[in-house]
Amino acid sequence: MISAQGIHKRFGSTEVLRGVSLHIDKGDVVAVIGPSGSGKSTFLRCLNRLETIDRGRIDIEGETLVDTDAGGVCRYAADADARRICRKMGMVFQQFNLFPHFTVLQNIIEAPVTVKGLTREAAIPPAEELLRKVGLLHKRDAYPSHLSGGQKQRVAIARALAMEPDIMLFDEPTSALDPELTGEVLRTIRQLAEEHMTMIVVTHEMAFARDVSTRVIFMDGGEIVEERPAAEMFASPAHPRTRAFLNHLA
Amino acid sequence: MDYFTAILGPLLNGTAVTLQVFLITLALAVPLGLGLALVRVSRFRTASGIVSGYIWLMRGTPLMLQMLFIYFALPFVPVIGVRLPDFPAAIAAFTLNYAAYFAEIFRAGIQSVGRGQHEAAQVLGLSYGQTMRRIVLPQMVKRILPPMSNETITLVKDTSLIYVLAMNDLLRAARGIVQRDFTTMPFVVAAAFYLFMTLVLTWGFMRLEKKYAVYDD
Repeated sequence: MISAQGIHKRFGSTEVLRGVSLHIDKGDVVAVIGPSGSGKSTFLRCLNRLETIDRGRIDIEGETLVDTDAGGVCRYAADADARRICRKMGMVFQQFNLFPHFTVLQNIIEAPVTVKGLTREAAIPPAEELLRKVGLLHKRDAYPSHLSGGQKQRVAIARALAMEPDIMLFDEPTSALDPELTGEVLRTIRQLAEEHMTMIVVTHEMAFARDVSTRVIFMDGGEIVEERPAAEMFASPAHPRTRAFLNHLA
Repeated sequence: MDYFTAILGPLLNGTAVTLQVFLITLALAVPLGLGLALVRVSRFRTASGIVSGYIWLMRGTPLMLQMLFIYFALPFVPVIGVRLPDFPAAIAAFTLNYAAYFAEIFRAGIQSVGRGQHEAAQVLGLSYGQTMRRIVLPQMVKRILPPMSNETITLVKDTSLIYVLAMNDLLRAARGIVQRDFTTMPFVVAAAFYLFMTLVLTWGFMRLEKKYAVYDD
């Protein structure tokens, strides 16, 4: 479903990604863990073109988003194509990034109406269904500033789902939340996993990574150090750097 | 009281001229300023640079000079030379000048909308144009209300500069009566008129701010 090969990315003189390759199949729930600055968020952001890569190749559902020719020149698909390809992926941010001038319902129907061309009338019932699913239908007319962090993040998840993505990308979805609010967001993500949504979750929640994901990827220093089924990764990490990281957390 | 009624006519005529210049300038300079701001923040470097230069020119020279230039000197400029009557010349100068100031206010508002908003719009599939129209500009409006209130109030009073083209705005009408009748009463009345106009503006902007207060950033 997603194939990333040899992704390189630098910010100025800092090499943030040094040849990251990853293959995601339908129904995979992949947790990406690792210390701060390991490049995990950057890698996620490269997949949907929030960051442009310097070298490598990314295919989404058989379509090439970006490729690098023999001369080392990186070429992206034309803007309209790239946007269409990236629309197959929904994304949830650490800082929610809800649209503050829209109500909860408007946040959710904005893209279906503006991008897909649905009428408001057609967009509202599925949006309400999504709100019911994340348990926030009673907040449909509230503005984001009147919601708690956990509620904001659940609205953000509903907003991403409204575009009916095949893949969901989560960039540290609970890192900006108070500890007592992370549970409600994780429950929502867990529910998606049970519905076999394909997901990549960059997270610091190790218990969540262990319980929900089918595979865990440990990144450090801009590389994938280790990639294994969740249970194995936590029971017997093979690489010393993974062991050090997991021990440090425990 | 009779004297007051007698001078009211010319002063009201002057007010009409002042309001015309004010309203037409506002109606033209706001869209022009928005266009300039959008070019200024766009990724087209050359166009953005030209707009920067334009803003420098318009903010860097007196409005009165610009008005005199358009009225007296523009007819003799090759190619673009055109002779404008006094009212259009004044409107042209005010519009070109105020659009530059508005453009900078709009730019500040546009750039104050965080990167996260652009990213959220992008991952939902919105194009750059859709992101501007649906996400950034609506949020900009709330943020620029206080500086726009400032700038429009300044515009009301700046309209008095059109006296240099011998147009009878409120202030020039008042001054005419003062010089004729040797009384400062018309100045007091003119001041009251200006204060009333700014009061209406202040009130209007307060209403707008209240309307936008339904959400917080």
